[in-house]
Amino acid sequence: MTGFGRISRLMIIGAPFLWLTLFFLLPLLIVLKISLAESAVGIPPYTPLFVARDGTRELHATLTNFALVASDGLYLRAYLGSLGNAALATVLCLLIGYPIAYAILRARSAVRQLLLFLAILPFWTSFLIRVYAWIAILQPQGLLNRFLTALGLIAAPLPLLNNQFSVELGLVYSYLPFMILPLYGALSTLDPTLIEAAADLGARPWRSFLSVILPLTVPGIAAGSLLVLIPAIGEFVIPDLLGGPDNLMIGKVLWEEFFNNRDWPVAAAVAVLLVAGLAIPLLAAQRFLERGQTA
Amino acid sequence: MRFRAKGWFRSSALALGLGFLYAPIVLLVLYSFNSSRLVTVWAGFSLHWYGALFHDEAFGVATLTSLEVGAIAASLALVIGTLAGFGMARFARFPGRALFGFQLLAPLVVPEVILGLSLLLLFVACQSWFGWPSRGMLTITIAHATFGACFVSVLVRAQLAGFDRALEEAALDLGARPWTVLMRITIPGISPALVSGWLLAFTLSLDDLVVASFVTGPSATTLPMAVFSSVRLGVSPEINALATLFLLAVFALVALAGAVMARAERRRRVVA
Repeated sequence: MTGFGRISRLMIIGAPFLWLTLFFLLPLLIVLKISLAESAVGIPPYTPLFVARDGTRELHATLTNFALVASDGLYLRAYLGSLGNAALATVLCLLIGYPIAYAILRARSAVRQLLLFLAILPFWTSFLIRVYAWIAILQPQGLLNRFLTALGLIAAPLPLLNNQFSVELGLVYSYLPFMILPLYGALSTLDPTLIEAAADLGARPWRSFLSVILPLTVPGIAAGSLLVLIPAIGEFVIPDLLGGPDNLMIGKVLWEEFFNNRDWPVAAAVAVLLVAGLAIPLLAAQRFLERGQTA
Repeated sequence: MRFRAKGWFRSSALALGLGFLYAPIVLLVLYSFNSSRLVTVWAGFSLHWYGALFHDEAFGVATLTSLEVGAIAASLALVIGTLAGFGMARFARFPGRALFGFQLLAPLVVPEVILGLSLLLLFVACQSWFGWPSRGMLTITIAHATFGACFVSVLVRAQLAGFDRALEEAALDLGARPWTVLMRITIPGISPALVSGWLLAFTLSLDDLVVASFVTGPSATTLPMAVFSSVRLGVSPEINALATLFLLAVFALVALAGAVMARAERRRRVVA
């Protein structure tokens, strides 16, 4: 019971509902609309969807933008490249993040809060700055190459920047906190007596991890994976600053279509296909995040 | 508990993990004090680049723009997000609840290029229909308030889930009106979430490059946009200095938020 009457309820829910519908849902529908228009010279640089003629309105919709995106290998390569890069980054974040989350949980309680704080803090600091920091480290005359040369480990600088390696490194580095937090949440709700029971029944540590801890933390793993995978697929800053010309990612292609080629309808078509591809993971994310919130 | 990952395993996981997260930041800060123009060769301690930064007018203007957008957007996000979080936490059934929940969570993960492009197309369409709004600080503020509100609502919902409803019910039983209960019991009770929600929305706004680049017009350049166009030309010690100041400000804000929340928590325990 909150005691609120109908009008109060309408205000409390209606105001944010209206705001989000206006500035999140409606814009997505407009993207869909413009993806069916043709590119034109003018402001705005696309043709209207409805044209008035003889007092009636005629629908002028075209699928040419989608045809272009489907036929030009560039877009398909970019989609697959993004998916591959993001999937690999998700797996790496999971492999790196799980031991960290576990170690934080098992730390002494006085240290635990500090460690958790340190793991989340990067999330609050500038994404751009943290990606930028890697350029000085990875470039041919950068800190890492100088360090390795000084140690006598390498004779010539390694190509560390503007390739697949640096993009993947940037993705893992930037999204790792998003994985650690839900994993920590899932691990912290585990009942320690279950693990004790497994041990009492003779399970070795690995066995008890694989058959008790891992299955019970699946919701945390799923939430963390989606929090990394979905934004990483559309990432722009990392492929732009750390990637090379061969590392096509769809977020960067969309950006260039829009800002460099100024072809808004094609950019919109790329966006529509991206959203459509993300629909299922998005709905799954909602389920897992909702569950996390009500738990 | 008999299950134990070996102590050395846990310590090295922590050391390597935190080292990986913080080494680039530490190096960045260190080299902001380098006297050489080369970012990667240490040539001695100097504050030269901080001086150069303070004379760079473009960064100054962009900083003010970002602070203004961030403060207004975070305040808007706080109001919208708190209402939304309260509605989702306390009203179990209303028409469109599933859609509302989706719209609150999707912006947290939808790629920024999508948010940016879609909002820009909305603003352009509005402009051609109503002649408003012109693109610039206003449109950036609206965009940032939108995704900021979603983050605030998550924090508010989480805090409301752990909030003792008996307090609200007692106040209602004693004859307080629902709005009075909301303003005098619930809102003070979830103030830690409100403080951290505002700060999170503020830092997210300060940090955003992609969405702002899409929705802005020629009149407004935010700090990340200024940094990005300079970074594209290569690393420079001046950017390192700027980044160091930015990190310092964020750490101070987060520490402040932590202190405020810890104090609220202690006071709550004393009352309870």
